[in-house]
Amino acid sequence: MIDVRDLHVVFGQGNQAVYAVRQVSFRVNQGESLGLVGESGSGKSTVLRAICGLVSDWRGVIRIAGEMQERRRTAAFCKRVQMVFQDPYGSLHPRHTVDRLLAEPVAIQRLGNPDQRVREALEAVGLDKSFRFRYPHQLSGGQRQRVAIARALILQPEVLLLDEPTSALDVSVQAEILNLLAQLRRDLGLTYLMVSHSLAVVAHQCERLVVMKNGAMVETLTAAALTGNEPRHPYTQQLLTASLGYNRAVAARLAAED
Amino acid sequence: MYHMPTATLLNVENLRVSYDTPRGVVQAVRGVSFQLGRERLGIVGESGSGKSQTGRAILRLIPPPGRIEATRLEFAGADLLRLDERGMRAIRGKRITMVMQDPRYSLNPVMNIGQQLMECYRVHTRVSRAEARRKALEILAAVRIRNPDRVFRAYPHEVSGGMGQRIMIAMMLITDPDLLIADEPTSALDVTVQLQVLAILDDLVTKRGMGLIFISHDLNLVRSFCDRVLVMYGGRIMEEVAAAQLHAARHPYTRGLLNCLPEIGGGRGPLPVLNRDPGWLE
Repeated sequence: MIDVRDLHVVFGQGNQAVYAVRQVSFRVNQGESLGLVGESGSGKSTVLRAICGLVSDWRGVIRIAGEMQERRRTAAFCKRVQMVFQDPYGSLHPRHTVDRLLAEPVAIQRLGNPDQRVREALEAVGLDKSFRFRYPHQLSGGQRQRVAIARALILQPEVLLLDEPTSALDVSVQAEILNLLAQLRRDLGLTYLMVSHSLAVVAHQCERLVVMKNGAMVETLTAAALTGNEPRHPYTQQLLTASLGYNRAVAARLAAED
Repeated sequence: MYHMPTATLLNVENLRVSYDTPRGVVQAVRGVSFQLGRERLGIVGESGSGKSQTGRAILRLIPPPGRIEATRLEFAGADLLRLDERGMRAIRGKRITMVMQDPRYSLNPVMNIGQQLMECYRVHTRVSRAEARRKALEILAAVRIRNPDRVFRAYPHEVSGGMGQRIMIAMMLITDPDLLIADEPTSALDVTVQLQVLAILDDLVTKRGMGLIFISHDLNLVRSFCDRVLVMYGGRIMEEVAAAQLHAARHPYTRGLLNCLPEIGGGRGPLPVLNRDPGWLE
C-alpha cells in the first residue's frame, strides 16, 4: 500500500544543510501496521510529513497504492491518505464546533450528505451525538483526539498516518485511544503508518517496526522479534533497555558512550 | 530497599490548595499528608490529580486566587505557612529548590548560562564574582557536562533539551539545597538522555543526602527510580507504597493505571481501560 524507496529529505543548502532523512526505504502492505521508532531528531516525523506532502524538499520514490507521488498531492490522495497529529490541543481549530470541523473535509471533497457522515464518524470513534455542537475547549484531551481521528476517518481513507497519536495523553486515555485505533483497523481494513518514541506502544499496535537514528534506518524488525530475544542492532537494544525504567548500570554505560 | 526516613525533613499534614472561581471553589489538593526524609519520594498521578500543585504549594508558589491551607507544613523545623515573604525567600531557591518540566521555558533566553548560574548563587550567598564563576563551572562539571567552559558562555537556545535540563538541575543545586522538588524533570527528554539525568539525581540523593520529591506520570520510571511512591487522584493520596512493591499495589486506581500500560511482549489484545470510582474521593 505504501512503498517508500530511497527517501532523502534535506533542509537548507550548502554547509547549512541538515540531512533530516537519509536513504529510507520501507513498504507497508494493505491492512498492515508499521511503526517508525526513534528519538527526537531521528527523522521519523519528517518521513511521515514527506509522505503526506507537508514537506516538499524530498527526493526518492513514494508510491501509494501503486501511484507515484509528485511534489503536489491531489485531492484523490487526500481522500485515500489521512493524518492524525500528536497534539489534539493544537490540531483542532479552536473556534470551530466539532460539527464544522468534521464537515469541512466532506465539503472539500464534495462527498455530499455531510449530516449523516458526521453522525457516523462520531459514532465510529465512540462519541455520542451530544458532542456534535461543542467546541474543542469543551472536550478533554482524549475526546479531542477522538475528534481528530473522526476527522481523518470521515473521508473513508485507506491509510492513516499517525504521528505520536497518544503521547500527549494520560496513560488511561492512551489505552482507550490505542484500543480504538486497533478496532478501527480491524473493522475498516485500514493501513497504519505510526510514528512513536515509545517501543511499548509500537509493539502493541504494529506488526513490524523500523528503528531510526539521525535520519537513517537502523533496522527493520517484527514486533515478535522485539519481544523475543533475537540478536538486534545495539541501538535497538539500548532503546529497549532504556525504556524499561531506571537502571544504574545502563545509565553509567550510556554516560560512558556519550 | 525500602527504609523508613531517618530524620524528617518535611512534614505535610492535611494540605489543601483551593481556587475561588466564579462557579465556586475548585479544590486542586484535598487533604494531602506525608513526611519526607533524605530519600526519593515519587508522586504519581494523571493530569489534574494535584501532584504538581502539591509540589508548588510546598514552596508557596500558588498565585492568588489560589489558597494554600494545611494543619502543618514544616520544613526542617520552620513553619512554611507562617513565614513572611522575606523568610520564604531565604528557603525558596536555597534550601528547597524546584526543577520544572521543560528547560526551554525555565531558562532566561537572553542571558548566557554562566551568568544565570552566577546570579542564582550570588542572590543567596555573599561571594565575589570570581568565586561565583568558579562555583558555576564546578557545578556544571558535577552534572556531567563535558565542556563546562563552552556551556558557561552558551545561551539556552544553543544547547539540547537534555543539556538544558542538566543546566536547570545544576542551577537548582548550586545553593546546596536540602530538598529538591523535581516536577516531571525528564518528560521532555529522550529515554537514553532521561536515564543519564536520573543518574545525576540519584547520585545527589545518595552522596549529598538530599531529599527528593519526584513528580511524574510515568509509573515505570517511578517504580524503578524512587524509594517510596504516593499515588494521587483527584487531589487526594490514594495509596502509599514502597516503589519496589508498586507492582503489588492493591488500590484499584493504582492497579488500573498499571494495567492500562502497553507492554513489550504484553500481547496485542485490547488494553484494559480504567474505570474510575467516585467512591475513591469520599
